[in-house]
Amino acid sequence: MIKVENLKKMFGAKTAVDDVSFTVGRGEVLGFLGPNGAGKSTTMRMVTGYLTPTGGRVTVGGHDVAEQPVLAKSRIGYLPENAPAYPDMTVRGFLRFSAEIRGLQGTARDIAVDRVVETCSLKGVLHQNIETLSKGYKHRTCFAQSLIHDPDVLVLDEPTDGLDPNQKFEARNLIRRMGEKKAILFSTHILEEVDAVCSRVIIIDHGRIVANGTPDELKKRVPSGRLEDLFRNLTLSDTVKGGK
Amino acid sequence: MNSPLTNIRLIAKRELVGYFASPVAYIFIVIFLLLAGFFTFMVSGFFDRGEATLTAFFIWHPWLYLFLVPSVGMRLWSEERRSGTMEFLLTLPITTWQAIAGKFLASWLFLGVALVLTFPLVITVNHLGNPDNGVILGGYVGSFLMAGSYLAVSCLTSAITRNQVVSFIMSVVVCLFLILAGWPPVTNFLAGLSPNSTWLVDLASGLSVMTHFEGFQRGVIDVRDLLFFLSLIGFSLVATAAVVRGIRE
Repeated sequence: MIKVENLKKMFGAKTAVDDVSFTVGRGEVLGFLGPNGAGKSTTMRMVTGYLTPTGGRVTVGGHDVAEQPVLAKSRIGYLPENAPAYPDMTVRGFLRFSAEIRGLQGTARDIAVDRVVETCSLKGVLHQNIETLSKGYKHRTCFAQSLIHDPDVLVLDEPTDGLDPNQKFEARNLIRRMGEKKAILFSTHILEEVDAVCSRVIIIDHGRIVANGTPDELKKRVPSGRLEDLFRNLTLSDTVKGGK
Repeated sequence: MNSPLTNIRLIAKRELVGYFASPVAYIFIVIFLLLAGFFTFMVSGFFDRGEATLTAFFIWHPWLYLFLVPSVGMRLWSEERRSGTMEFLLTLPITTWQAIAGKFLASWLFLGVALVLTFPLVITVNHLGNPDNGVILGGYVGSFLMAGSYLAVSCLTSAITRNQVVSFIMSVVVCLFLILAGWPPVTNFLAGLSPNSTWLVDLASGLSVMTHFEGFQRGVIDVRDLLFFLSLIGFSLVATAAVVRGIRE
């Protein structure tokens, strides 16, 4: 469903994403791991059509993001980093707007809103302004928005960030459950999440893919069999190299 | 998927509901009406003029809008950039143009509402005398177009920065230039620079909203004046699109 080929992004002279290629099929949850500033968000922003790549190609559901942006974007549900939402809108207003702009009208819209309110447990804050919400609720509101049109492709940038342990647990279950029918690309720097949710993992550092495989495959690459050690091996050495 | 018009309408509706959900809209309308009234009655001496026209009202508009329109337009894009909602907005299945048009039309419509709320003046002048209502209508049309031009400029400056204060100041400076280019003290000065030819004066005053608003105040809707305001709006919005594209590069 998501096909990324030789994706490259430069910000001025700085290379943020360097020759990244991967695919995510239906029924797959791809965990995108990497230290802060590794290029995870930048890659996701190119997949969702927010940033224009310097080179390479992204296809979503068969549509080239650069050539048919509107068609490609209609297939994606996207939770950006920090879960932005209009502070002056109510949760209900924001979700209704998200539904309508994605082509759901009347009863279809109301059903979609009810569904995501249920999924993300937002009933209690439905009529509250988004600016008055706690971080966890704000996050869930933006998450709900990404599910409103029941998309085939989900791109989630740190979906468990700012949630309390219970909410994290629920969010992971939700992602795993949805991953059975959708193609999900999600980023995190919490390694325990990978075991709980992902069918496949990509570790990215300094804009390059340094590891790609199932969690079990990757664990076999270090003697301790722990993902944490692999992550440190791959990304720390690079940080030191970069620092010299 | 929605038609382009539906998308523009939905974006505009969201923007407008946002205005009226906060006190900003009401404060703006009250201040606009108070200031318009103050200048018309106290400074221009509307009642002492003994004229059945709204000239005393319209001559202040270029100056009133200078501060009020940028205060409406300054947040259009800078707020989206600062709060990160721009990423949400531009990853929706809409084009950048639909987003720009929707946001611009919403705030233009809002300015139109504020302008329409000055209708008691029209009633007053009709009650006191026999004004030419065609001339008054022309004044309103011109004023609305001028507000749209200032707004498009503000739209552009607000896309350039995520800081609303910077956006406001840039927009005021550009609009001030658009006023002053045709202001008599400036045109007289330019005429003094090149006494033998008028091209400098013509060029400067051709760029000025004052020159082009004047015809409307006399009730004359000249195609050239219409084109001036519409192309100023068009140019600013195209430039806004270029800036937004640049942010995503």
